[in-house]
Amino acid sequence: MVLVCETPDDTVADVADGSTILVGGFGMAGMPVDLIDALIRQGAGDLTVVSNNAGNGDTGLAALLAKGRVRKMICSFPRQSDSWVFDGLYRSGRIELEVVPQGNLAERIRAAGAGIGAFFTPTGAGTPLADGKETRDIDGRTYVLEYPIKGDVALVGAYRADRAGNLVYRKTARNFGPVMATAATTVVAQVTEIVEAGLIDPENVVTPGIYVDRVVVP
Amino acid sequence: MTRTTDEIAAAVAADIPPGAFVNLGIGQPTTVAEHLPAGSGVVLHTENGMLGMGPAAYGDQVDPDLTNAGKLPVTQLPGASYFHHADSFAMMRGGHLDVCVLGAFQVSTSGDLANWHTDAPQSIPAVGGAMDLAIGAKQVFVMMSLFTNDGTPKLVPACTYPLTGIGCVNRVYTDLATFDIGPDGLTVRDTFGTTVDELRKRLGIPMHRAALPST
Repeated sequence: MVLVCETPDDTVADVADGSTILVGGFGMAGMPVDLIDALIRQGAGDLTVVSNNAGNGDTGLAALLAKGRVRKMICSFPRQSDSWVFDGLYRSGRIELEVVPQGNLAERIRAAGAGIGAFFTPTGAGTPLADGKETRDIDGRTYVLEYPIKGDVALVGAYRADRAGNLVYRKTARNFGPVMATAATTVVAQVTEIVEAGLIDPENVVTPGIYVDRVVVP
Repeated sequence: MTRTTDEIAAAVAADIPPGAFVNLGIGQPTTVAEHLPAGSGVVLHTENGMLGMGPAAYGDQVDPDLTNAGKLPVTQLPGASYFHHADSFAMMRGGHLDVCVLGAFQVSTSGDLANWHTDAPQSIPAVGGAMDLAIGAKQVFVMMSLFTNDGTPKLVPACTYPLTGIGCVNRVYTDLATFDIGPDGLTVRDTFGTTVDELRKRLGIPMHRAALPST
């Protein structure tokens, strides 16, 4: 049953030190900035953060990194023109980095949400990102064994929720949201509005409410 | 005359079949879209989760929820669709994209691609969707200069930079020539301001001459 929270702070009050946090968004599109700000105020540290990028500018994920709360980043593309916060931490050895090809990142999260124990993917075969990983030749092609990435908490930015916890997204801000929403123990969605159950056409629901634990309009 | 970057992009666009589903990589490959003829029916895929991507957005069109893989604002065309990341990469990995166009640091004569990391000290590795694209699309086109600024060949017997994918590149468009990479090795399709013999000498790699006339 989804809990409609009053404030972003209510949604993350119980996040523990050492948690793995899945953070939606591709750049700033779909980035749940208000939930991250609440997590900064809440104070949990020693976090592992899973997100496509490693923060842009000085807000959102970059602000969490700047506070020194993140021990490890798992992402596909940390280095960007405005990723100076991460760049500084990485170059001074104050943060761990696991680089994962973008499709493998999405699929590893999807696998966690779908109860898949591991999967073989052709992406990355023969490259440094497959070093030390188990491989198998199937039908003449080499595949790499990849394991799921499960979160303790997922923070996603969606467009609209209903009181049953169903979510819809907007344009390319959808990106990692629907996948991450399946793959964490506690799933929090930041939305622009929460409507009565029935006001989102069931044919159009992208994330069914079964996956969603808490929603908030910041 | 050697080809300009714009002419390379036009050459790539001319080789994309009408109605194809295509992903254009970040940077110069993005400019291929400007050379697709009106009514080509080519559908652009952007890996952050959209088919039917339109041109760059300006002014009132800019919507922070609608960006391309380079995180720049874009528009949507009639018939567009949105989908999440796992679906976006499933359609890539699953072989549903007809063509992807990528830049490269190096391509080997057997089609290995290096385009994500230079291994330079202090550089931060960042791969994005490059490895998924390299092995996913039915045809992988690379556009690049044939030599670095200091004259080092980028089409090489074996890549020295970290690999993005093995044996994945089908065609390389450069300022000096276009090359096909196939089971028979390297074939020169056309040359610009140079000759096949000169290319053999400068690159030091074996290559066939295509049956087509050079321009």
